[in-house]
Amino acid sequence: MLTELRRSFDAGVTRGYEWRITQLKKLLIICDNHEPEIVSALQDDLGKPELESSVYEVALLRNSIKLALKQLKDWMSPDKAKTSLTTFPASAEIVSEPLGVVLVISAWNYPFLLSLDPVVGAISAGNAVVLKPSELAPASSSLLAKLLEQYLDSSAVRVVEGAVSETTLLLEQKWDKIFYTGSSRIGRIIMMAAAKHLTPVVLELGGKSPVVIDSDTNLKITAKRIIVGKWGCNNGQACISPDYILTTKEYAPKLIDALKHELEAFYGKNPMESKDMSRIVNSNHFDRLSKMLEEKEVSEKIVYGGQKNKENLNIAPTILLDVPLDSLIMSEEIFGPLLPILTLNNLEESFDVIRSRPKPLAAYLFTQNQKLKERFATTVSAGGIVVNDIAVHLALHTLPFGGVGESGMGCYHGKFSFDAFSHKKAVLYKSFLGDSSIRYPPYSRGKIRLLKALVNSNFVELFKVLIGIA
Amino acid sequence: MEAMKETVEQSLREMRETFESGRTRSVKWRKTQLGAIIEMVKDNEDKMCDVLFQDLGKHSTEAFRDELGFVIRSATTALNCLDKWAVPKKSNLPLLFYPAKGQVVSEPYGTVLVLSSWNFPISLSLDPLIGAISAGNTVLLKASELSPNASAFLAKAIPSYLDTKAIKVIEGGPDVATILLQHQWDKIFFTGSPRIGKIIMAAAAEHLTPVTLELGGKCPTIIDHRSVSKDMKSVVKRISGGKWGSCSGQACIAVDYVLVEQSFASSLIDMLKPTIKSFFGENPKESGCLSRIVSKKHFQRLSRLLNDPRVQASIVYGGSMDEEKLYVEPTILLDPPLDSEIMNEEIFGPILPIITLRDIQESIGFIKSKPKPLAIYAFTKDENLKTRILSETSSGSVTFNDVMIQYMCDALPFGGVGESGIGRYHGKYSFECFSHEKAIMEGSLAMDLEARYPPWNSFKLKFIRLAFREAYFKLILLMLGLKK
Repeated sequence: MLTELRRSFDAGVTRGYEWRITQLKKLLIICDNHEPEIVSALQDDLGKPELESSVYEVALLRNSIKLALKQLKDWMSPDKAKTSLTTFPASAEIVSEPLGVVLVISAWNYPFLLSLDPVVGAISAGNAVVLKPSELAPASSSLLAKLLEQYLDSSAVRVVEGAVSETTLLLEQKWDKIFYTGSSRIGRIIMMAAAKHLTPVVLELGGKSPVVIDSDTNLKITAKRIIVGKWGCNNGQACISPDYILTTKEYAPKLIDALKHELEAFYGKNPMESKDMSRIVNSNHFDRLSKMLEEKEVSEKIVYGGQKNKENLNIAPTILLDVPLDSLIMSEEIFGPLLPILTLNNLEESFDVIRSRPKPLAAYLFTQNQKLKERFATTVSAGGIVVNDIAVHLALHTLPFGGVGESGMGCYHGKFSFDAFSHKKAVLYKSFLGDSSIRYPPYSRGKIRLLKALVNSNFVELFKVLIGIA
Repeated sequence: MEAMKETVEQSLREMRETFESGRTRSVKWRKTQLGAIIEMVKDNEDKMCDVLFQDLGKHSTEAFRDELGFVIRSATTALNCLDKWAVPKKSNLPLLFYPAKGQVVSEPYGTVLVLSSWNFPISLSLDPLIGAISAGNTVLLKASELSPNASAFLAKAIPSYLDTKAIKVIEGGPDVATILLQHQWDKIFFTGSPRIGKIIMAAAAEHLTPVTLELGGKCPTIIDHRSVSKDMKSVVKRISGGKWGSCSGQACIAVDYVLVEQSFASSLIDMLKPTIKSFFGENPKESGCLSRIVSKKHFQRLSRLLNDPRVQASIVYGGSMDEEKLYVEPTILLDPPLDSEIMNEEIFGPILPIITLRDIQESIGFIKSKPKPLAIYAFTKDENLKTRILSETSSGSVTFNDVMIQYMCDALPFGGVGESGIGRYHGKYSFECFSHEKAIMEGSLAMDLEARYPPWNSFKLKFIRLAFREAYFKLILLMLGLKK
């Protein structure tokens, strides 16, 4: 299969503007004509509510495609670069070219968005692409395989379904780029495999995204945004989900009350019955989360929720207060509907707590204090920082979306997707005019002086040497 | 080794502490360091030319042109542009998000590792250092053991000019590199061969450390003799300069081999010979203008490439070697076998194969059959050929009608693709190379849209759908109850 794709790429199939636009338009048709099937597959795989599927998977994807359709000509055109005296006379530009045949490995929590959004980038940059969707979302995986085969050019775009063994086989091949969304643990394996072929990678990983809450914030709006950003986004199973909260000892009770109040407003008195939240994806993850809750010294810290139903793979929205820092729930990315709140004597301490941990994909702060915002933005390192909201930054195509340190490398969205799948080739056009002998042996004192003058853009010195008076 | 392990751990600890303290984040600190680098080079010009002569037999003009002058320019540019580079970039957000604000801030990765090379030991050490410092990182430089005098110079000079708690130098070979790679770094910058590049990337993968790998490859030079016949003298001079005039061909962007039409081959050779003589005289070994081969190991490597009997048979000029003086004569080959070693690995030496083709258009297919190189050079005025080269081949860079000069153009990113590398630097790209571009979005607590929150209903769904399409008019109609 790889040989065929390479042949297509070498034949130039994917490079033309027309081909890329056609493929992107077909992807748009998939969004427009197959939304009900997509929603249904997501319901099967994740119990995802229709609104989340429509908005966070289909609508976001549609926007991404439309942006690419609109901007592609601009993205594809070379950028002029300035030349200087040392290379005079010359002109220079930077040309974007496709990398070749690329591999996109997607995740299970947003199986359509995280499969097709990178594919949009790969196609707009002119590559041939193989997509490997996650086997943990099987209905979505097979729907993707079916739709892409039906609509896209299969000589250049393919879907490979499967699990660990298929992925391992894929990773043994030589790709021109690998784009991976998933866990840090697997991210290491991917990069290691890529190293064998010097394949560049984008790794969109995860981490524990902290939320720092200041007492001067608008409590009601803060609580609502946290809730919809956590439980309203695949029930906490999202890479930029607010993982844990940091606030002061005094403020915590007010925050908890506000959260409880809004949770009830959103999901009713029996959240386990609510149709507005995704379920836990499978029993492995259910057990993982149960283990977190059942740990000694953690279970007693539950202040809201805690109910579980293994058969339905449901865990109620759960809030915990001051769990031990070395507990399981505070040691790994939760990726579920559990929200620990850690209290501090003063908010300044939150910076140290965050900085003592691996760099997360996102860090959130709710405050009206300008100084605090600035300090947070400059001292907290994370993929992205959002003040006074949750998760929305991934919908903004003018902001690069990616991690740093343990949360990943590289970025995408908007033009960043196009760039992620392109090689920016430097091109220099030189003329034959003015070939100065100082470039060539035999070397002499005079040549050094001339070179120095050039280096220092010292025109006076240059002139003096040239007319022989220096 | 234990002592070395201890040194590394201590250095890392100190650099991390320094980074945490925030000292390297200040633009003033960075500018001071950059200024100190310029001072260091200007104060020690003679000493630096001296060590480069000891390590590589480099003439002081070459040393200045390729290394010292380059570093001074690079540091000066960084000094002048740092304020501009460090400014956050504002992002426009869609109207729907009003009054939210977005920007992208460049922040240093933290504590970074620079592994330098032996062929341009000063510039390939200091240039990445300039990038790391301007981006606000603390940095450890490991200079190459194959250029011991330059390495020792840097180990001594850098601590006397730069902030030793933030910028450190370590000397040593593969065993030191192995120890370094066992630790977690926030970024690794490596200049060297693809073989070692793979080892570096695999080690970096253990810690999810991002890497920039400046590797190499066989940089082809196409001569479309018909279209540049008027300027052929310049062409030959430039190619000769690009092969023998810079570290005797031991450069990642050196002219590796030439592609030319069969009918022109002998004329080309006839022009190359006197050009070489004009550069190095009758006896290049004594000219003082030709760098020597860096080590016995590399000499033996080049020896092996030439000793292949089929390659020997293709020598049309030069070919003499002196192991004691680590000297290889400027050598020209005509059509060595394509399956010989010399045509399948980066030569990195003063041997120039000329490969002939029936038609210069075939050069494209030839280049494509090999791994993507760091640079492609093409001497042509034929617009069609230029377009074909640009669109059908892939390389780090393409330079028309000259060689190696793209290195000097700091508005152009310098880096490879495929086997020739990952990432890029020079100019502002050096700054970006060592920075994490952090997105910052600030929302407003003043306004809120009910439609954002559960419980979901069909109104909210319609609202959000329209909002996403930025169909603001329809959105207003919906809110006024005028749209179903």
